[in-house]
Amino acid sequence: MDSVIATVIEVRDLDLGYDDYAVMRNLSFSVNKGDIFIVMGVNGCGKSTLLKSLIGLRAPTRGKVLYSGKSFWDEDEAGQQNIMRRFGVLYQGGALWSSLTVGENVALPLQLYTKLSCQQIQEVVALKLSLVGLEGYGDFFPSGISGGMRKRASLARAIALDPDIIFFDEPSSGLDPINARKLDDLILELRDGLGATVVVVTHELASIFAVGNNSVFLDVESKTMIATGDPKSLLANSKDPRVIQFLTRGPDSKELKR
Amino acid sequence: MLSEKLTFDYSIPKTLLIKLSGDWQISAGLLSVNEVTSQLTTHPDIAQINFSVSQGLKWDSGLIAFLLKLIRECGQKNIHVAREGLPQEAQKLLALALKVDEKDIPPKDARESFLERSGEKALQISESLAAGLDFLGDIAVSLGRLITGKSYFRWDDFMLIVQRCGVDTLLLVSLISLLVGMILAFVGSIQLKMFGAQIFISDIVGIAMVRVLSAVMTGIIMSGRIGASFAAELGMMQTNEEIDALKTLGVSPVEFLVIPRVLALVIMMPVLTIYADLMGILGGFVISAGMLHLNPVEYLNHTQHAVKLSYVWVGLIHSLVFGVIVAVSGCLRGIKCERSAAGVGIATTSAVVTGITGIVIATALITFICQILGV
Ligand SMILES: Nc1ncnc2c1ncn2[C@@H]1O[C@H](COP(=O)(O)OP(=O)(O)O)[C@@H](O)[C@H]1O
Ligand SMILES: [Mg+2]
Repeated sequence: MDSVIATVIEVRDLDLGYDDYAVMRNLSFSVNKGDIFIVMGVNGCGKSTLLKSLIGLRAPTRGKVLYSGKSFWDEDEAGQQNIMRRFGVLYQGGALWSSLTVGENVALPLQLYTKLSCQQIQEVVALKLSLVGLEGYGDFFPSGISGGMRKRASLARAIALDPDIIFFDEPSSGLDPINARKLDDLILELRDGLGATVVVVTHELASIFAVGNNSVFLDVESKTMIATGDPKSLLANSKDPRVIQFLTRGPDSKELKR
Repeated sequence: MLSEKLTFDYSIPKTLLIKLSGDWQISAGLLSVNEVTSQLTTHPDIAQINFSVSQGLKWDSGLIAFLLKLIRECGQKNIHVAREGLPQEAQKLLALALKVDEKDIPPKDARESFLERSGEKALQISESLAAGLDFLGDIAVSLGRLITGKSYFRWDDFMLIVQRCGVDTLLLVSLISLLVGMILAFVGSIQLKMFGAQIFISDIVGIAMVRVLSAVMTGIIMSGRIGASFAAELGMMQTNEEIDALKTLGVSPVEFLVIPRVLALVIMMPVLTIYADLMGILGGFVISAGMLHLNPVEYLNHTQHAVKLSYVWVGLIHSLVFGVIVAVSGCLRGIKCERSAAGVGIATTSAVVTGITGIVIATALITFICQILGV
C-alpha cells in the first residue's frame, strides 16, 4: 500500500447550533481513508448535530466540511448530491421506510442510481442482505422484524451502493450486549470488505475500544472538542480528567470524595 | 400539632436550634416552611440554623421536601443551614437534591401571557402561510419533473393511496350527503309549504348539493380522514428519520411522498363529489316522495331542469381546489412535524384545522368569483 495517508473528511473550524442556541464551537479534525472514526461525548452534547452537518442534512453555523478537498456546504445542489452519493448512513432508529419491505428498502437506492435490471437488483439485494445475516428476510416489513434485525437491514440499505464512507448514529443503542457486539464485528468486516471509511457516533465504551482507531471527544460544558486521537491511547495518555472520566465510566463517586 | 413536630430553641446566640420530632412522613401531610420563616422574621439576628432530632422521629420525602425548601429560602437570606444534626440518610438525600448537574440549560419556551400568545399565533399563521406557499412551489417543481419524466414515481404507492381515499371515506360520504339532502328538503319545505310551492324543494336540494354542499362535505370528510392520516404518516416518518434517509439518498421527499398523495386526492375528490351529489339528491327525493307526498316523477324532472351543467362544473372546481388544500395541508404538517410522539399529534390536529379553514375560505372566494362571472 502507498504510504501517503489520504484525508477523506476534513472538518475546519466548525460551529454548530440551532437558531440562537450554540451546540458546539471550533471543531477541527480529519478522518483518514480506512479509519473507523469515533465521535464520542455524553448524551445531548451534539454528536447527532455534528453528524447531520457531515451528511448534508443541516448546515453548520460556521466553518467548512471538506470531502476529498471539496467544501460540501459551498457546493451547489448537484455538487452536494454527487458527494452524498458516496455516503451510506445508518440512522439511530434504523429509519427503514415503513411502507416498503426490507428487500424494497435495499432495492430503492439501486433502482434510483444504477441501470441494473429488476432481476439483477434482486440478486444484489440478496447479496447485501446475506452480508448482514438477513438472507430470506427480504419480504418482511420493517414492523415485522426485531430491533436488532432492523438495524442490520438498515445497514444493508446503507451499503447498497457500495459507499466510500459509512456513517453510524449510535449503532448499539437499543441492542443487547450480544447483538451490539455482532454489529461491531460487522462494522469491522464491512470496512475491510468494502474498503470504506467509517464514522461512528457513540457513547458505548465497549464499541469505542473494539472498533475505533481515531476519535474526537466533544465536551458538553466547554462546548468544543477537548481531545482527539486513538481512543486506546487517549485512555493511556490523556491528562484531561474529563476524558479519563468518560473513558472509565467516571470514578466511583466514593473515590471522588477521597 | 405544630409543637409536636417543631420546637425552636434560642439558647445559643444568633443561632436557631430546630428540634424535629413526631411524624414527618408524606402521609401525615407537609408542614409549611412559613412556620420557620416567621420565626426568622421575629428574630432577624439569626445567622445559622442547627437541627436536632428526637428519638421517635419518623420521616420520608416529606421531611426532605420541607428541608429543601427551607435551605433554598435561607440561602436567599444568607442564613447558614447546618445539616449535621439531621439523620445520616436525610443528609445524603439533601446533598443529592442540591447537586447541580446541568449548567447550561437550553432556552425553553417560557409560559407567555394571553396577549403574547395571541401575537405569537398571528405570527405563526403568517409564517405557515409563507411555508405553505413555499411548499406549493416545491410541489409545482416536482410535478414539472414528473411530467418531463425526470423524477421517479411509485405507481404502487399511488394506487394504494387512491384506493384508501375511496374505501376509507365512501361510507361516511354516503351517509353524510344523504342526510344533508334530507335536511335541506325538510328545511326548504317549511317555507315553501306556505306558498304551496313544495315542488321547488327539488331545485333547492339539487342546486345546493351540486354547486357547493357535496364538495364542502366531502372536503371536510377527506380532511378529517385522509388529510389527518397523511399528516400522521409523514409525521411518523419524520420522527423516525425516514425522511432524512430519503434526503441523504438524494431523493426529494416531495417527489417521493407528497406528489403521489396530492395526485391521489386530486383524482378522488371529484369522483367522490359526483357520488355525493347523487346521494344528496337521493336524500331529498326520499323525503319529498316519502313524507311530503310530492310526485316522484315530477320531482326528478324538476331536478333535471334546475341543475345546469355549469353548476356541475362549479362543484367540480370546488372539489379539485379542496383536494389540493387537504392534501397539501396534511403533507405539509406531516413533513414539518416536530420529532416526538406529541409532535405527531399536533401535526395531525393542525392538518385538520388548516384543511377545514382552507376549505371554508376557498368556498367563499369561489362563490364570490362565480358571482362576478355570473355563473
Ligand atoms: N431540532 C432541534 N432544535 C433545537 N435544539 C436541538 C434540536 N435537536 C437537538 N437540539 C439540542 O442540541 C443539543 C445536542 O443534541 P444532539 O446532537 O441530538 O445530542 P447527542 O446526539 O449528542 O445526544 C441538545 O442540547 C439538544 O437539546
Ligand atoms: Mg444523538
